[in-house]
Amino acid sequence: MATFFGEVVVASSRAGVDDEEEAREETPEDREIRRELEKKREIDVLWTLRSGATTESCADEPFACSKFIVAIGRNAAAFLSSFILDSVYWEVVGVVKLWNEWCRTSSTTNVLPTDSFCLFYRLISDPTVLLCQCSCYVAEDQQFQWLEKVFGCMRKEGLQVTILSTCPVADYKTQESTLTLPSPFLKALKTKEFKEQVCCPLLEQPNIVRDLPAA
Amino acid sequence: MFVPCERGGDSDSSDFKGFTLLMPAVSVGNVGQLAIDLVISTLGMTKVGYFYTDCLVPMVGNNPYATAEENSMELSINAEVYSLPSKQLVVLQIRSPFIKNKYRPFCQTLLSWVKSSKCARVVVLSSSHAYQRDDEQLLGTPLRYLLTPDLEKAVGGLMQDLNWKEMEKVAAYPGINDTEKVLHIPGGGITKLLFTESCSKGIPMAVLLKFCSEGDNIPDAFALVNYLNEWLQLIKSEVNASSQWKIPSSWRLLFGNGLPPALF
Repeated sequence: MATFFGEVVVASSRAGVDDEEEAREETPEDREIRRELEKKREIDVLWTLRSGATTESCADEPFACSKFIVAIGRNAAAFLSSFILDSVYWEVVGVVKLWNEWCRTSSTTNVLPTDSFCLFYRLISDPTVLLCQCSCYVAEDQQFQWLEKVFGCMRKEGLQVTILSTCPVADYKTQESTLTLPSPFLKALKTKEFKEQVCCPLLEQPNIVRDLPAA
Repeated sequence: MFVPCERGGDSDSSDFKGFTLLMPAVSVGNVGQLAIDLVISTLGMTKVGYFYTDCLVPMVGNNPYATAEENSMELSINAEVYSLPSKQLVVLQIRSPFIKNKYRPFCQTLLSWVKSSKCARVVVLSSSHAYQRDDEQLLGTPLRYLLTPDLEKAVGGLMQDLNWKEMEKVAAYPGINDTEKVLHIPGGGITKLLFTESCSKGIPMAVLLKFCSEGDNIPDAFALVNYLNEWLQLIKSEVNASSQWKIPSSWRLLFGNGLPPALF
């Protein structure tokens, strides 16, 4: 494809599959490299639910959970820190350890607001209420894993999930210009099963949600 | 992979035996996906399930085919299945790109689902980079088709009658050896993989594609869906065919928001 300046470039395409990627067969070295990369990008979810010891697997006994509130992104995480969380009523019960090109989290639970972290808290007075603060970016290929590993540990009967997230106003699609919109503003998406009253209008088409909140 | 919607009382809405499966390839200009949107929106198809998969980038939004306040609140995700039993048609819509290295597992799982659900045939709507055409392809129709050997026997004659053009093969080593020809669909996403796998697995598959470039691909989508209609006769084709297809509400604002008045 020729550009206005006359140089020939390969057009980037929404197809998402590069032709070179398709044509090359994987050698054993490629396979090994890919496996190593996959291992590096694996997510570890560490829980300190019982007796203070950290445990990774809760396959033997998923814990009961009635409400799970997930705050994704720095703004939502900061909202929880400022208005909900405190050391009197909430205790840390878990942490997610992951690495990707954008951030790395560790297994420490003593974090600064400027760190990238993903922590789980439990309400001391009602241990079935769980909260997650996820200020790190979970990459596309890690989102499904995050989901399976976190939700795999909880019993899903009677579970209500609330997801808090933020998006730039500039991304909001509307007939008028976003400059004149009073911001910030709230929009919601809900499943059929959510029967309670929603506190704000629903997100209209053609707007969509992506990344971890969507997953 | 396939998770059916709960529908109380109905006959088994996930029985697709003998149905035609229509699906897009995520390809240049998203033409296949836009064409599928037109089919679902015009025929008023009902959602019967979705794919639970880790191969596609997650996304969620409200009903993209909403026509009124009442039906606008149903959640919609990246891979959903719609059906119209009266036309023996089941449609898969894919709304996001593949996650790196996941397109092969997706194709494998998809084709096993096709086999297990006993669909009679699969039609893939796709597109290919217009700038990769050779001199001959620059002239004439930009629409092409491909048929697996099983489907060739059944409908090959019909394609001849419709005067359709089969996708040309290109030289495997251009300039060096022009005799060895291979199928090459640049910008077609998983189209070639799906087609070659279907050939080897004996799945009757047709590929309908259009040469196009990135840009406003709505006219390309109309061209492709009218091409499909010549064969499958999903709607009555009249002289002004474009006006027969219903544009879904989610196509609003494809090219950005309104302008700020302060700009002027």
